[in-house]
Amino acid sequence: MSNTGAAHAASHDHGHHDKTGTVIFGFWIFLMSDLIAFSLMIANYADAEWHGIANGPSPHELFSLGLPTIETMALLISTFTFGICTLGMKYGASMKRTVGWLVLTLALGAIFLGIELYEFHEFWTEGNTPQVSGFLTAYYSLVGLHGLHVTSGIIWGILLMVQMKTFGMNDLIKSRLVRLGLFWHMLDIVWIALFTKVYLMGVL
Amino acid sequence: MSILGSLDWNDIFIVPFFTEPSLSTGIAAGAGGVVVLGALAVMVLLTVKGWWKPLWSNWITTLDHKKIGVIYIVLALIMLIRGVLEAVVMRAQQVSPAPGFLSVEHHAELFSTHGTIMIFFVAMPFLTGVINVVMPLQIGARDMEFPFMNAVSLWLSIGGAALVMASLVVGHFETGGWTAYPPYTGIKLSPNEGVDYWIWSLGLTSVGSTLSGINFLVTIYKQRAPGMKLFDMSIFAWATLCTAILMIFAMMPLTVASLMLALDRQAGFHFFTATQGGNMMNFANMFWLFGHPEVYILILPAFGVFSEVIPTFSGKKIYGYTSLVWATIAIAVLSFTVWVHHFFTMGQTANLNAIFGIATMTIGVPTGVKVFNWMLTMWRGKLRFSTAMLFSTGFIFTFVIGGITGVMLANPTIDFATHNSLFLVAHFHNMLIPGLLFGMFAAVNFWFPLCFGFRLDEKWGRRSFWLWMIGFYGAFMPLYAIGLMGAPRRMAFFTEPAYFPWLVIAMLGALCVLAGLIAQVIQIWVSVKNRESLMVPAGDPWDGRGIEWSLGCPVPEYDFTTIPAMTSREPWVDAKEAGKRIMDPTEFVDIHLPKPTGMPFLVGLVATLFAFAMIFQMWLIAAVGFVAMWVLVLIRSYDTDWEETITAEELREGYEAHKRLVETTPQIRLDDEFTTKNRGLIMETQV
Repeated sequence: MSNTGAAHAASHDHGHHDKTGTVIFGFWIFLMSDLIAFSLMIANYADAEWHGIANGPSPHELFSLGLPTIETMALLISTFTFGICTLGMKYGASMKRTVGWLVLTLALGAIFLGIELYEFHEFWTEGNTPQVSGFLTAYYSLVGLHGLHVTSGIIWGILLMVQMKTFGMNDLIKSRLVRLGLFWHMLDIVWIALFTKVYLMGVL
Repeated sequence: MSILGSLDWNDIFIVPFFTEPSLSTGIAAGAGGVVVLGALAVMVLLTVKGWWKPLWSNWITTLDHKKIGVIYIVLALIMLIRGVLEAVVMRAQQVSPAPGFLSVEHHAELFSTHGTIMIFFVAMPFLTGVINVVMPLQIGARDMEFPFMNAVSLWLSIGGAALVMASLVVGHFETGGWTAYPPYTGIKLSPNEGVDYWIWSLGLTSVGSTLSGINFLVTIYKQRAPGMKLFDMSIFAWATLCTAILMIFAMMPLTVASLMLALDRQAGFHFFTATQGGNMMNFANMFWLFGHPEVYILILPAFGVFSEVIPTFSGKKIYGYTSLVWATIAIAVLSFTVWVHHFFTMGQTANLNAIFGIATMTIGVPTGVKVFNWMLTMWRGKLRFSTAMLFSTGFIFTFVIGGITGVMLANPTIDFATHNSLFLVAHFHNMLIPGLLFGMFAAVNFWFPLCFGFRLDEKWGRRSFWLWMIGFYGAFMPLYAIGLMGAPRRMAFFTEPAYFPWLVIAMLGALCVLAGLIAQVIQIWVSVKNRESLMVPAGDPWDGRGIEWSLGCPVPEYDFTTIPAMTSREPWVDAKEAGKRIMDPTEFVDIHLPKPTGMPFLVGLVATLFAFAMIFQMWLIAAVGFVAMWVLVLIRSYDTDWEETITAEELREGYEAHKRLVETTPQIRLDDEFTTKNRGLIMETQV
C-alpha cells in the first residue's frame, strides 16, 4: 500500500490541483440532482395523463405532432452546433468562430422556445389552461420546467459571450463554456424523453 | 394589489392578543416578543461591545470551513432551544385540564414548527456543521472544494431558519405538521400564509443542503491527501460521503413537492386537488422519497461520530472497518427503497406493502452490524467515560430499543394498528434523539478543541448527559405505552383519564430534557470562563486516532502546514507508536486560500427577502429579490482575484512553532486526561 501511496504522491501537485476538472465534476453531480426533478415531473405527468383528465381534454385531443417535431429538430440541431462550438474551442478555433457557433446554438434554442410558447399560447386561448385539470397542470409544469431551463441556458450563453469579450478565451471562460455545454446537452436528452412521453405517446 | 401583498396589521404578533385576549394569544405574543427582544438584545450587545466589525470580518464573510461549521452548529443550538421549549409547552398543554390553555390551532402550529425546526433547522445544520469542521481535517484537505458555495449554503440555511423565527412575529406558521400533506395544506383548508412559510423556509434550506451535498462529495473525491484511498478514509468521512450522496438525490423531491404545493396554492394548479384530476398521493410519495433518505442523512453522520469516539475512548482501533463501511453503504442504498412504509394505510395493495415492509426490516441488518462493530470495539478495551463516550454508549442502549420498535412498525399489519399514534411519535424520537442529537453532542464535546483550543467542562458535560438520558426515557417511554393504548398523535388534549399519569411522567421527562439543555448552556459558559485552564495547545487531548489530532488546537486557518503522507489507515497512531509527537513534514509549498467575502451573506439575505415576499404574495418585491440574487452571482463571476497566498515560509514557521510547542509540553498519563494537567498530547504508550 505504501508503494501505491508514494506513486500517487509523486503524481500529485500539492499546491495547485486541477480546478477546472473538479468544477466540471461538481457540475456533473449538480446535473444528476437536476435530473431527479425532471424524473419526478415525468412520473407525475405519467400519472396525470391517465388519471388527471377531469373535465379537460385528453392528450390525444390536445396534441398534434407538427410543431413539436419542428421544435425538436431545432433543439437537436442546436446540440450539434454546440458540439462543434466546444470541439472548435478544444482545437484552437478563433474566438469569432466559437462565438459564431454559440450564437447559432442560442438562436436555435430561441426558436425552440418560441414554438413552445406559441403552442402554450394556442392551448391557453382555447381555454386549456393549467387550472383546468391535473393533466394540464402536469403538462404545463413538465414542459414549462424544461422551457425554463432552456431560457436560463440562453441567458447564461449571452452573459458568457459578454465575459468572453471581457476576459478573452482563458481557462475560466473555457471551463464555463464546457459547463454550459453539459447543461445544454442534458436538456436535449431530457427533451427526447419529454417528446416521446408527452407528444409521441400522447398522440398515439 | 398593494405592494405589501397579503400582509396586514393583524399579522403582527402583538395584535391578536389585543383583539382576542386569551392565554393562548398571550403565549403567542410572548414568544414573538422574545424573538424581537432577543434580536434587539443581541444588537445592543454587539454595539456596546464593538463587536460588529469583528463579527463581519471574522465570521460573516468567512469562507473557512471550520468557522462555517461553527456557525452552523450555533444556528442548530439556538433553534434547538426553541424546539425543546415548544415540546415543553405541548407537554404542559396535554396535562392541563381539557381543553388546555392553548387554542387547537396554536397547538397545531406548535407541533408543526417543532417538527420542522427539529429536522431542518436543528438536525440538518448540526450535522452539516460537524461535517464542515471535521471531514476536511480527516482527509487531509485544506478546505471544502467550493468554499464560496459552502458559504452560500450556510446563509441559505440561516435564511430559512430566520423565516421560521419570523413566523412568530409576522403572521402564522402552518398547522399541518412537518409533513404538510395536502389537501389539508391546500389553499381551501389552509388559506393563511402558514403553509407558505413552510414551503419557502424549506425551499431555501433544501437548496442549501443540495449544494452542501455536492460540496462534500466533490471534496471527498478530489481533495483526499495523496495516497489516501477511499478505503483508507475514516469512518466519519465514509459516513459523510454516503450522506452527501443522499443529500444530492433526496433533497430534490422535497424541493419539487413543495414547489408543486406552492403552485397549487398560489396559481390554482391541480397537482394535489382530487376534484380536478390531481392526486394527493403523489405528494406523499414525493415527500417520503425525500423523507426516508433524509432519516439516514440525519443518522449516518452520527454513526460516523460514534465510530470515531468509541475507538478513541476504548484505546482500540475500530472493530471490522470494512464491514462498517459496507454497512454504511448498504444503509444508504436501502434508504431509497422503503419510503412507502410511511403510508402503509393509504390504500395500495397488500403485496406492495409486504415488499416495502420486508425492505424496511432489511435495513435492520446493516444497522445491527454497526451495533456489533461498536460493541466489539469496546470489548476488552480500556474504556474512559468522557462526556463524548457517555453519549456514545447511551446511544447504543437507547437506539437499539428504537430499532426494535422500528422493526415492529415495519410490519404492515402492526402498522395498521399503530400508525398515527403516539407509539410512532415515541419511535422516531427514540431514533433521532440518540441517533442524531447524542451523536452531535458527542461530536461537539469530542472535537471542540480543534475549533477553539480548549476542552469543554467535563463535569457539566456529564450532568447534561444524564439529564438528557433520563429525560429522554421519561418523556418517550410513556408515549409508547399510551400509543399502544390508542392515543393518536397531534391531539391538542385528551379526555381519557387512563392516559393522564403517563402524560405527567412525559411532562416531567420533557422538563428533565430542558434541564439537560440548560446544563449544556452552563457547560459552554463555564468552559469559556475557565478556558485558560482547559487549553490544550499541543493538540490531541484524548490520545486520538485520526490525523485531525496531529494538528495543534485550535487548528490554524490553513489546517495543515504540509499535507500528511498517508502511509496507512491511521498514520497518526503509527507515528505515535513510533515515539513521535508530531508528524513528519512533507514538502512546504505556497498554498492558496479563498479570500473572505461578504457576497454569500448578501446572496442569502436577498434570497430570504425573495422568500419572504413570496410568502406574503408581494410579487414585485419577490421579482426584484430573485433578479438581485442572480445579479450578485453574476458580479461574483467577474471576480477572478479570489485567493490569497500563504507562502511556504509562513507554513514552515507554523510547523516549527508547533514543533517547539509539542517539545515543551510535558507528557502526562492517560489517567489525568480530564484534569487541568492536560495541555494536549496525551499518549498511552509512554509517560
